[in-house]
Amino acid sequence: MKIVVNGEAADTRAHTLAELLAELGLADALVATALNGAMVRAPRRPATAIADGDRVEILAPMQGG
Amino acid sequence: MDAMNVKPDRVEFYGSAVSSRLLLGTAQYPSPAILSEAIRASGAEIVTVSLRRESGASKAGQSFWSLIRELGVKVLPNTAGCKTVKEAVTTAEMARELFGTPWVKLEVIGEDDTLQPDVFGLVEAARILSRDGFQVFPYTTEDLVVAEKLISAGCEVLMPWGAPIGSGRGLNNPYGLRSLRAHFPGIPLVVDAGIGLPSHAAAAMEMGYDAVLLNTAVAKAGDPVRMARAFAQAIEAGREALLADPMETRDMAAPSTPVMGRAMLGD
Repeated sequence: MKIVVNGEAADTRAHTLAELLAELGLADALVATALNGAMVRAPRRPATAIADGDRVEILAPMQGG
Repeated sequence: MDAMNVKPDRVEFYGSAVSSRLLLGTAQYPSPAILSEAIRASGAEIVTVSLRRESGASKAGQSFWSLIRELGVKVLPNTAGCKTVKEAVTTAEMARELFGTPWVKLEVIGEDDTLQPDVFGLVEAARILSRDGFQVFPYTTEDLVVAEKLISAGCEVLMPWGAPIGSGRGLNNPYGLRSLRAHFPGIPLVVDAGIGLPSHAAAAMEMGYDAVLLNTAVAKAGDPVRMARAFAQAIEAGREALLADPMETRDMAAPSTPVMGRAMLGD
């Protein structure tokens, strides 16, 4: 399935957002997620299905001013 | 005054009191170690943070977050770079989950050259977020009417700019900042952005601002740790000066040495 992760084209076997994070090695990472521009809270990730063409954002703490 | 009777001089943001009136940004430091040391040297109890795309490979965000947690400071997440209300609101929601705080430094940027706030979007986003339980620190201009609208939207802190972000120009509009201070004596006011030198920060404090938020001036100094210390000292000096009630300025000289009893040594 072809999706877009953080602005870049990606191929995934994951069916849910939680599976996608695991696939990317981010299962235990402190991240916030959004699907097609809408935030998905951590507890909702296992039940959030992803489909072909979806846009996923995975955000982490970063330096800021 | 007896030192024992001096009340601790603290500032409160949404019911949270802090002693340090310097809020420090965490971006652009030469290394994580220098960032850590600069935060310690600054005495800051609140630091700003952001959120960005995480790559599975580097996990840069995770190590940054453990560094901040080790320092035991409060974090103020920002919505830097957001240009629309929707973007800013979604970013704030993600930051709240990530950092576990209702605080948000709300930025809605309206113009690329000056990074000046889109004050219309800012007020709208502030209203949405305040209603949703956020404690909003809006990055705004010194405009009084905008300030009034932000307060009506639920903001209990205002953060007017000194000058464009990262410019180091200092306080571009001292008159505007002074009148903002005079109009809202009970609202915590923080000069945010544009500070280049400790003297700029001291001037803001002498004007009666409650705190100063800065980043680039420390991060991009040749010696960020030393500059962090310099800012801490300047902010403390400016605050002390305000509390000490400065003298009035006057146009003409007034001798400071008593004239009475002066020797007459001329012809």
